[in-house]
Amino acid sequence: MKTQTVEKRGKSVDEAIKAALDDLGCEIEDVEVEILEEPTRGILGFIGNKPALVRVTMREKPEEEAREVVENLLQRMKIDYRIQELVWDDGVVKINVTGNDMGLLIGRKGETLNAVQYIAGLIINRHREKEDRIRLVVDVEDYRKKKEESLESLALRLSDKVKRTKKNVVMRPMNSQERRIVHTVLQEDPQVVTYSMGNEPNRKVVISLKK
Amino acid sequence: MKELVEFIARSLVDSPDDVEVTEVEGERSMIIELRVAPDDMGKVIGKQGKIAKAIRTVTKAAAAKEGKRVVVEILK
Repeated sequence: MKTQTVEKRGKSVDEAIKAALDDLGCEIEDVEVEILEEPTRGILGFIGNKPALVRVTMREKPEEEAREVVENLLQRMKIDYRIQELVWDDGVVKINVTGNDMGLLIGRKGETLNAVQYIAGLIINRHREKEDRIRLVVDVEDYRKKKEESLESLALRLSDKVKRTKKNVVMRPMNSQERRIVHTVLQEDPQVVTYSMGNEPNRKVVISLKK
Repeated sequence: MKELVEFIARSLVDSPDDVEVTEVEGERSMIIELRVAPDDMGKVIGKQGKIAKAIRTVTKAAAAKEGKRVVVEILK
C-alpha cells in the first residue's frame, strides 16, 4: 500500500494537523493522525512554550486500493477490460468492468467472476482489522445486478407460494452473497421468515411461514 | 500464467519471498506448481480448499484464452 507521511508542528494540535493536510493536499478523512507531542505553555506564556507535534499519514483510498488489486489480477489474466465504474459507499467498493473478454471473465454461472472477486477481496482485507474490512463487489456490465434482480423476484414469488400453500420452500444451494440477497429482500415481509441450512457449498435458504 | 499465480500467492502469504512457481508447458496443456512456506499453506488453500479453488478457477480462465488446459498443484 502506498502511503505518505509528514510531521508538522503548530501552536495547537489542530493547527499542526491543518498544516500537515495543506502539505499533503488532502482532507482529514483521508489520513491517520498521531499526536507525538502535546503543546505545553511555559511560564509567563512564552518562556518554555512547546508547540504540538503531529504525524499525519495519508491513507490510500479504499476504492483506489481495490482498483489496483483488481487491475493487477485482470492484467495477469490477460483479460481485455476497461473499468466502467468505481464507487466506494458505506464500506462497499463496487467495480464495474467492461471489455472484449467479458464472457471469459464471468465464466460458467459467474464462477470466474466470483473467484476474481473473492481473491481480490482477500488481498485487500489481508491487513485490515475486522471493523475496517471492505466488501468488494466486482461486476461485469451489471451482470451481477441483473442476476440479483432476478433472484429478488424469484424470492418474492416463492414467498407468495409459501403464504398460499403454508409449506416451507427450500431454495437451490446458493453462495453466501446470493443467500444474503434473499434474506434481505424478504426481511421486511412480516408473514415469512428465512434461514439457511446445510453446509457450504450446499447451504440453502429456507423460506417459511412466520408463526 | 506463472505471473498470475505468483502475484496471487505473494499477495496472500506472510512470506512472499518463499513463494516459488514453476510452469511446465505442453502444447495444449500446462502444469503450474506452487510452493509456499509451510506456515503459509493455509493462506493459499483456505478453508475446505476455497482459496485454492479460486486460484484454479482464475488460472483456468486465463489459460482458456490461450486455448490451453491448466493444472495448478500446490506442493509442500
